[in-house]
Amino acid sequence: MPVERFPVEAGHIMLFARSVGDANQIYYDENYAKGTEPGGIIAPPTFVQASAQFDPDYGLRPKIGQKWFGSGANPTGSNVPPVDEPEQQRAGGGSGLHAEQHYEYHRHLKPGDVLRSVSRPGESWEREGRRAGKLIFSESITEYYDQNNELVITARSVGVRTERPVQQD
Amino acid sequence: MPSAQTWDAVSEGQEFELVEASDSQRLVIWAAASGDFYQIHYDDNFAKNNKLPDIIVHGALKGMWVGKLLDEIAGDNGWVKQWDVSYRGMDIAREDVTIFGKITKKYEQGGEHLVDLEVGVRRKDGSVSTPGTGTLRLAKK
Repeated sequence: MPVERFPVEAGHIMLFARSVGDANQIYYDENYAKGTEPGGIIAPPTFVQASAQFDPDYGLRPKIGQKWFGSGANPTGSNVPPVDEPEQQRAGGGSGLHAEQHYEYHRHLKPGDVLRSVSRPGESWEREGRRAGKLIFSESITEYYDQNNELVITARSVGVRTERPVQQD
Repeated sequence: MPSAQTWDAVSEGQEFELVEASDSQRLVIWAAASGDFYQIHYDDNFAKNNKLPDIIVHGALKGMWVGKLLDEIAGDNGWVKQWDVSYRGMDIAREDVTIFGKITKKYEQGGEHLVDLEVGVRRKDGSVSTPGTGTLRLAKK
């Protein structure tokens, strides 16, 4: 997903490192980081996964004033009337799923960087699935640029859609 | 957790591992960091109403564990050049998984000391849910 402005912040880096269970002090301790080769706090290489925080249309985050839909079949927020269980569908039925992710890194990210990303479609192809009909794969290439318009990360993701919802056995 | 490796010290076929516990707390903190608050990852009732046996681990978090393993092997003096994973199946939360990386090729290219790895997430029954590859530049020694 392209984001217009993704400010890289120290607190977010610390939270992100904790969330993946990475104890390297270079991600949160300025004094320790000064003595390392980068010379200051950096972000883990995986950090751009969090760019969804800055995507205004990101669908898996509750939004103030909106019914929380999630990606299930029905709205599920506490302000939404309950739905009978049989009406609910399994996640992913007939919808898009993330199939593959590829990253290429060009330099470290550090607090103070402001990224923007641009996405373009890549290739698409089809394959016959077992239960859900045709599987439609489509590639998306996202490039992250810093405040100096230098390319810092190239990400390629492959999504897959099914022709029809997967039936439960 | 594997420590940083040097190119001279590693060999083809060498394998590195780390074990990750996917407790619900891990999934909640990942939701906060990544912004993915889909309830199948932390709300038992919601997961069951979506016909899942239990809450499941975020696919992206499994990818990040693979990325972390590669980052650990490269260390502060190395560099993760590129890596990829395929999301091929769900992993139920609250079961430990093993993140693995196996060196498939050790070589020099363009003056850099590189290794290619086969990576993935191995479940208790030995099956692999998130296979991929990585290329690291390592410090020579």
